[in-house]
Amino acid sequence: MKSPAQTAQHLASVDHIRNNPKFAELVRKRTTFAWTLSIIILVIYYGFIAVIAFDKAWLGTPLGAGIVTTIGFPIGVGVILAAIILTGVYVYRANGEFDEINRQIIEESR
Amino acid sequence: MKTIKTAFASMLATGGVALMSTAALAAGADLGGAEKQPTNWHAIVMFVIFVGMTLGITYWAAKRTKTAADFYAAGGGITGFQNGLAIAGDYMSAASFLGISALVYGSGYDGLIFSVGWLVGWPIILFLIAERLRNLGKYTFADVASYRLARMPVRTFAATGSLIVVIFYLIGQMVGAGQLIKLLFGMDYIYAVMIVGALMMVYVTFGGMVATTWVQIIKAGLLLCGATFIAFGVMSKFGFSFEALFVKAVEVHPKHGAIMAPGALVSNPVDAISLGMALMFGTAGLPHILMRFFTVPDAKEARKSVFYATGFIGYFYILTFIIGFGAITLVATNPEYIDAVKGGMNLKGGNNMAAVWLAHAIGGDMFLGFISAVAFATILAVVSGLTLAGASAISHDLYASVIMHGQATEGKEVTVSKIASICLGVIAVLLGLIFEKQNVAFIVALTFSVAASANFPVLVLSMFWGGLTTRGAVIGGSIGLLMSVIMVVLSKAVWVQSFGFQAEIFPYAYPALFSVPAAFFFSWLFSILDNSPRAAQERAAFEAQAIRSETGLGAEGAAAH
Repeated sequence: MKSPAQTAQHLASVDHIRNNPKFAELVRKRTTFAWTLSIIILVIYYGFIAVIAFDKAWLGTPLGAGIVTTIGFPIGVGVILAAIILTGVYVYRANGEFDEINRQIIEESR
Repeated sequence: MKTIKTAFASMLATGGVALMSTAALAAGADLGGAEKQPTNWHAIVMFVIFVGMTLGITYWAAKRTKTAADFYAAGGGITGFQNGLAIAGDYMSAASFLGISALVYGSGYDGLIFSVGWLVGWPIILFLIAERLRNLGKYTFADVASYRLARMPVRTFAATGSLIVVIFYLIGQMVGAGQLIKLLFGMDYIYAVMIVGALMMVYVTFGGMVATTWVQIIKAGLLLCGATFIAFGVMSKFGFSFEALFVKAVEVHPKHGAIMAPGALVSNPVDAISLGMALMFGTAGLPHILMRFFTVPDAKEARKSVFYATGFIGYFYILTFIIGFGAITLVATNPEYIDAVKGGMNLKGGNNMAAVWLAHAIGGDMFLGFISAVAFATILAVVSGLTLAGASAISHDLYASVIMHGQATEGKEVTVSKIASICLGVIAVLLGLIFEKQNVAFIVALTFSVAASANFPVLVLSMFWGGLTTRGAVIGGSIGLLMSVIMVVLSKAVWVQSFGFQAEIFPYAYPALFSVPAAFFFSWLFSILDNSPRAAQERAAFEAQAIRSETGLGAEGAAAH
């Protein structure tokens, strides 16, 4: 396999990136952000499952007197929307802010 | 007492396929007893149009498929938006469309619980996997797992995990296809299975990933339009008020107010969490989903594709929910659609027909034909993606890397892949015929559990943990693989329902809660105990891998053409 990984130029770049403080900053920021969002979605989902497993009657509470719609509907749809919004938030920051730092790192390693 | 097992069983009988979005046709115990319907000419004509269109695309794709990168990864030339649609297409199977709407039709709120479970794996894939996968891999996820580990054992393990998932998934899809087509088109099971097998071989061998992706994109577009039209039709009858829709549904449904809250579906916390883990992590270990991340040019587009996919899938699940309630109000109340013998809410052809009959109630014969054709197209598209994923595991991982030690020419590798596609197609048809009358409900649990317990831990650890060694990955992953297979075999779906034993040995439907942590634990344990010089090299190589996975430096770019 003749990937760029073998070339001397590439090895120099790898070395440069390793010592670039921006790389450490990028990894730290992006990793923290990714894990924070992961924990948020896990808490939301398993919270939802826990309510179903332990107190499902609560989800059947009507939204108000004389209303048939129960509290479970906005919550269930809310979990779906949360998943979409969180992915959107991550993509927005990763493709903007993080990719810009990444671009600088690659640029400086040349 | 209704435990989750009996709840699952009853759901399999009523909601049928809903257990799993993509593999779920497998679980269609209800489809298993599908009555052959009168020949549906509207559906057949529309399906023929769809097939003509996709064959045209395959012809176009074949001319553009010259290199291995074209064949496996569409030359990296798919945009994030297109890939998002294709991924959504893999996920929005006939099973999730018909199955979830049937589940909502039968039990209301429970359908929403399943939809949510299928969706929440996607953010995790985005946050932790997508960009690293794109930066490190070329055609298969084994590229990533074996990036700094020993090629032969790791690729052999990864290919085995992939093939188990692909083959069982294929069985589910083929059996589902045969039953569904019998139901919708009034065609014999054997012809239905053979048509699916033949078309899938043509798409994959001639058009490779380009054709496979575009077939999936077109189908996803058709399905989203069709479902939107039905949901719009339903809401327009209720003045676009959910409250009005729910009031009517509660009034006519025999369970009345109970459909507005979680029912018997999830009552056992262990199974609830285990199912959640299988869905969430299994999705991130499905080879035909993972390979889609290699079709986009870079990590930026890979991220975008997950965002679009999550949006489309979430939107689609909300539509199926409206469709399920629409069927309660508009189909169950019309004697034309009710099974004359069984009565009650039992639909002609089974409750999986809820969305199909609703399409008829909203748009008449033509629209019924359209929806039936889309359902058929859906199976075709999913099956093609699976076949390509399986063929890649055979040619790229087993043939080129393990057997030929990386010395195979690109042309040879693609030829092997095409032969493998044809073999997988033949195997799928044969298994489809063998399993026609079998209870295939276990397949859902099996495929997702293997994906979550074997593929996912090794993939994640190889990307995130520098201490992982070849020995740890292979032993830990194999333990996850074996545990998930054995526990599914010992569970009720196989041990009692297929083998006919008195009582199941493993008390839960999904082993993921046990097998996933076990795979992680043993991968860790055997890695830290590994003192070989090879292991030291592998640990030392992590830093360079991390730089590539974080920055994309040196990543396989879009093929230059």
